[in-house]
Amino acid sequence: MALIGTGVLSGMGVVFKTFLETYPWGRVVLRTVGVKPTNGLVTVEYPDVKQQHAERFRYFPFLVYDQTPDNLRCVACRICEQECPPQCIHIIMEKDEQGRPVKNHGRTLPKVFDIDTSVCMSCRICVDVCPFDAIEMDNTYELSSEGRFTEMIYDKQRLLKSDEYFHSIHPEEAAVVDQRLAAKKAKAAPSAPSQPGASPAAPPPAI
Amino acid sequence: MEQAIESQLLEISLGPQHPSTHGVFRMNATLDGETIVKLKPVMGYLHRNHEQIGESISYIASFPFTDRLDYFSAMSNNLGLAIAIEQLGGIPVSERGEYVRVIMAELTRLVNHTAVTGFLINDMGAFGTPLLYAFREREKILDLFEAASGSRMMCNYVRPGGVREDVPAGWLAQAKQLVDGYPRFLDEFEMLLTDNEIIRQRTQGVGVLSKELAVNASVTGPMLRATGVNYDIRKVDGYSIYPRFAFKIPLGSAGDVYDRYYVRILEMRESVKILQQALKQIPDSGPAISPKGLAIGKAPRTFRPAKGDAYGRIEAPKGELGFYLVSDGSPQPYRYHVRAPSFVNLTVLEDMCLGQKVADTIIILGSVDIVLGEVDR
Repeated sequence: MALIGTGVLSGMGVVFKTFLETYPWGRVVLRTVGVKPTNGLVTVEYPDVKQQHAERFRYFPFLVYDQTPDNLRCVACRICEQECPPQCIHIIMEKDEQGRPVKNHGRTLPKVFDIDTSVCMSCRICVDVCPFDAIEMDNTYELSSEGRFTEMIYDKQRLLKSDEYFHSIHPEEAAVVDQRLAAKKAKAAPSAPSQPGASPAAPPPAI
Repeated sequence: MEQAIESQLLEISLGPQHPSTHGVFRMNATLDGETIVKLKPVMGYLHRNHEQIGESISYIASFPFTDRLDYFSAMSNNLGLAIAIEQLGGIPVSERGEYVRVIMAELTRLVNHTAVTGFLINDMGAFGTPLLYAFREREKILDLFEAASGSRMMCNYVRPGGVREDVPAGWLAQAKQLVDGYPRFLDEFEMLLTDNEIIRQRTQGVGVLSKELAVNASVTGPMLRATGVNYDIRKVDGYSIYPRFAFKIPLGSAGDVYDRYYVRILEMRESVKILQQALKQIPDSGPAISPKGLAIGKAPRTFRPAKGDAYGRIEAPKGELGFYLVSDGSPQPYRYHVRAPSFVNLTVLEDMCLGQKVADTIIILGSVDIVLGEVDR
């Protein structure tokens, strides 16, 4: 039978060790008595210091455009609108007076593309289901606004971000997306090779 | 001459805004002095229509909502739904995907048990210190989750057929380092708590749950095992690849709050063993998701399982988490039901609290380990 009070004392020992670990001099003390200390300071002083996030960190989607902002990849197919679990995406296709879809760079495009920040839960379903890799996840998380209604709805202009930006925040994922898009392009136009350097004599791949 | 003091019962309402009720949960307690004579749990403050929403969206779109059931163990919740969908649609799982899923599920168990132990000690009145020690370790695992899935708590990572994307390069080495260092933290945590005389005084013999009542009320998880019933779905059902690992099921004997605390500590030690074996056995290459699973993840509306039903269940950190799905051949489930362990375990709360003091009900509730997101759904 252990002496009454030893359990409390050993617990206080752990607390005292952790206390020492949070100070540089305390870590020196621990080292001199032969205890291997860990860095006890695990928090950072936000907003002065910001935590480094993992590359895959995701928060709020954005729309990708290539080169110029009018050349966006989105074709307003509304798959993401349909699949979005909290239904925070609202899309209207750009149409002319006769009601025919307007085409830009050979693609249809959205007239309205709104995402409600107050509803979006950053689940990444829209990115997973997009067949055109037109929507991707951002990693900016300071989206608070003073207004309750209009400021919280991100329209097409605020959502548009360049492909370079996508490469800068998610380089690994962007490389995979680029590969997929190139494969799709090659499949769509096998007669016109995108790279002039590629040997035209190569036989077409067996399907 | 003795004169009896006239007294009457006092009804008080603990919660729903009480910090010790772990969320918006209310206990209508009837007191005789300090002793509980009647206690009625009131639930439903956090009801979000999870099941009804699940019936109006595709199978895949339910995954982000399962994260929000038991928000301490999002990965386990994902796994439960994925297993149910795999049963319903006959989707094979890739080998590497199985291992990644088990690693994630066991890491989730570490997260949950570490946090709930901290909360339990917090409920006893040791404000802050043990809870923050627990959270310090939990953060390290959440960093791993963030690196793999992109989100710390709302992971949305497991998919039918595997996981959404493979873990990044170097992730497994990081996980191994963390897992190997975890027993050191557990030793320290136990030194802080297990033999502490005050904690033993507060918890031993408090909130005793009998074996018979636990089985009759279909209590599962650490709460059931603390009463001495050897029932763990990882062993009983052998789902996923759990039969490949050697691990023990820790059991309690008294069924009191202390046993529930200690069973969780021992379970974490077993989880570490499973993780070490899984990290050693995981194949170095191969797809993290089977082709069929990948196709479903890309186009959820194309997944139209044949008419029928499926019940997928896992040993979530809190107990048996089951998903019951009925398909009518359309892209949405006809019926989507969640068997939430917290909710079922909460039904024996009154039986455990009767005859105890008010301060004890708080730690009994803490030892049940509820998350209101799962209780109310």
